[in-house]
Parts: sequence; structure tokens; C-alpha cells
Amino acid sequence: MLQLLYENLEQTVSVILFGIGFTILLLQRNLIRKIIGLNIMDTAIYLFLASMGYISGRKAPIVVDGVTEVAAYINPIPAGLVLTGIVVSVSFTGILLALTVRLYRRYQTLDIDVIALLAKGEDA
Amino acid sequence: MSKRRSDWESRPQARVRRWFYKGFLALDDEIAEKISSPPPPRFDYEEALEAQQAAIDSRQHERSIAIERLDQHNLLVWMRTRGRKAISRLYVALALVLGLMMMVFLLETVALMPRFGDPATPGANEVSARYIEKGLDETGAVNIVAGMILDYRAFDTLGESTVLFIAASAVLILLRIDHDKEGNPAQELIAAESDDRHYEPRDDRILQGSAMVLTPIILLYGIYIILNGHLSPGGGFSGGAIVSAGLILYLVAFGFEKAGRFFTTKTFTWVSFFSLSFYALAKAYAFYMGANGLPSGIPLGTPGAILSSGLIMPLNIAVGMVVACTMYIFYALFRKGGL
Repeated sequence: MLQLLYENLEQTVSVILFGIGFTILLLQRNLIRKIIGLNIMDTAIYLFLASMGYISGRKAPIVVDGVTEVAAYINPIPAGLVLTGIVVSVSFTGILLALTVRLYRRYQTLDIDVIALLAKGEDA
Repeated sequence: MSKRRSDWESRPQARVRRWFYKGFLALDDEIAEKISSPPPPRFDYEEALEAQQAAIDSRQHERSIAIERLDQHNLLVWMRTRGRKAISRLYVALALVLGLMMMVFLLETVALMPRFGDPATPGANEVSARYIEKGLDETGAVNIVAGMILDYRAFDTLGESTVLFIAASAVLILLRIDHDKEGNPAQELIAAESDDRHYEPRDDRILQGSAMVLTPIILLYGIYIILNGHLSPGGGFSGGAIVSAGLILYLVAFGFEKAGRFFTTKTFTWVSFFSLSFYALAKAYAFYMGANGLPSGIPLGTPGAILSSGLIMPLNIAVGMVVACTMYIFYALFRKGGL
């Protein structure tokens, strides 16, 4: 199995990065660190997609000298998917950070547990 | 007469007699009463035992309630101190186990995936073959990825630009500090202004010098990447991000007053609005004509020339403007809460 994993090194690394991001998301109480964990997960997905699109010995899908054979270029679809992923990730990171700023202004802390306690005290 | 009789009555003799008979009669009465009245209830041992037991029970119940309350209090104290630690440790352990388990399962999946760089990978199917073989003829774009995302999948890219615009609007709603109703600067605005002056460099010579040299170069490079989106790696999203980086550098170096001369919230609104509506209308036209099999009348040009590939370059420009505005306004809102 280790041999197989080493042959798929890019995907292995991306999976490990995904796990690291997920664990950060679960373990950290600081909201900003949670957002960083989420972004690490995003990056792992981009790496995974980009590595899935690569075919050894072929070039980036930009037509040179009118050559339009399938055997000359790598798969262009994962590139488009990564682009979509990057845009969505930027958008939600912006919204999450804005919400974090608002929470910090209100409760003067970034600790999610403390914020939950304070919010509960406001409801009661 | 009565007096005489009372005298007679109060004689010692009569009194003794009366006492004797009365006592005698009283005894009689008592006996008669005893015979006539029902016998007194017997003393019920079982009932008494039950009552006693109930009393003992109630006392024990009270005691157990008290003990329970004490236990609850102890539990509460324990939960607040050591229990919280234990629970958080348990949570950490569970989170680590969950993360590791997920990693192991995914690694097993990765071991079964097609090899890296394998030409027979199922991802490289007839869809990507079609994009590569016919893309140049059908879209006129040398960059097959640009042809794909702005022609074949243009609807998806319109959605992405809209997501960016909506995200910028949401951040605007969340973070914008407005003037109050009379148009005077609100207390928060004054605080944000002073905070900004306190933390950000003001009239920094090194920064201003570098910005004067770098901003035009960065802007030109971003515009180059946007305009060459159909010819080389790049496009609206990456070029727009670079343009916004140049704008942010200018803002950091020269402050909000100078940057506000060419970029305000109104600029953001109108540029985004016109870019997105141009994109939507242009693609609606192209989709309508294409779906009905009509010639769209948009020349594809010679592949490789800057003015080629139909709608892709104008669409790249629209996307680039949306992205640049969005990034710039993100920065301005997070820094000061407005432009």
C-alpha cells in the first residue's frame, strides 16, 4: 500500500492536507484558526483536482502551432473546476471573516465557546 | 317560704344525704352509660405501624432528596471544573480519531485511484477530448481552458462572478459604517478613522516611492493578463486579482483620500452592475442564437490574434472588473469599514 501511495504522491499529500484542515476545524476554538483550517481543506481539494487532470508527457491545454490532438494536451476540465473552487473559497472566506469581525466587536473575544456562553446569557 | 326551704336544704344532714345519694346515683348513671354506649374503638396496631412506617419513609425521602441535591451540586461543581477538562479532552481525542480515520479511509481510496499521470485515467474522457479537438474551431480561443469556462461553460462562470458580487455585498452589509441620518459622521466612523490613522502608515516615504514605481507596473500586468486570457494562461479572475492588488498597494501608500478620487462605493456598484449585466446579456444573446441554430454574427477572428475568439475577451474584461472591484472593496471594508 505504501508503494501505491508513493506512486500517487500528490493525491496522498492532498488527502493528508485535507485531514489536517478538518482536524484544525474541529479542534481550534479560535474562529480565525477555524477559517484557516477551512482554507487548508480548500487547498487540498485544488491540489487533488490539479493532480487528477495531469497526464505525464503532455503539455498545458494551450494550442501551439495548430496542433489539436487529444494526445498532445492534458485534461482542461480540472483547471476550470479549480477556478470555480478558488472563487467560491475567496467569497466565503470574505463573508466568514466579516462575520468574525462583527462577533469580535460584540463579544470582544474570538473563542467560539465563550461566544456561545455569552450568547446564551443574552437569551436568558 | 323558699328561704325556709333553702335553709332546710342547706342543713348538714341534708347535705350529707344528698352527697351520699348523688354519689350513689352518679355511680348508677355511669354504669348505665357504660352499658348503653358502644365499646370504645380498639387500638389498631397495624395502622399505627403503618403511620410510623410512613413517617420514617417521608423522613428518608426528605433525606434522599437532600442527598440528591447535594449530589447535583457536586456534579455541577465537577462539571464546571474537572468535568469540563475531561470532556474537552474526550472531545480532542474523538476529533483526532475522527480526523485520522477519515485520513486513513481516504488514503486507502487514493491507493486504488488511477496512477498519477496515467493517460487512461477515467477523467480524460470524451468530454475533454471534444474540448481539445474542437475547442479551437468552435470558440476561436487558443487557451482551451478559457474557451471552456467562457464559452462552453459560460453560465457557470456567470454564477461565479455573481457569487463574488454577492459576497462583496454581504461584507458591505456586515462591515459598512454609515453616516447617521443627518449626514454627520457617526461615532463609530470617527473611531474607525482614528484607529486607521493610528495603525496604518501615513505618508511613508519608502512605501510611497515603491508604490509610485510598482502600481503602474502591477496594473499594466493585470490588464495584460486579462486581455490575453484567451491566448495564454490567465484570464479575468487572475488578472482582476492582480489589478486589485495594485489598487490596494496604492491605497495603502497614499490613503483613502487620494484613492477615493477614483474609487468610491458608487464606482463599485456601477462597475459591478454594468459588468455583470453586460456578461448576462451577451451570453443570453449567444445562447439564444446558438440554441436556435442561427449565426450569432460575432466574428471568431484568426486564432492567436489579440482580437479573436468572439465574446471571450469582452467577457474576460467584465469578469476582471468584477473581481478587481470585489477584492478592493473587501480590503477597504476590513480596514476601515468603508471607502
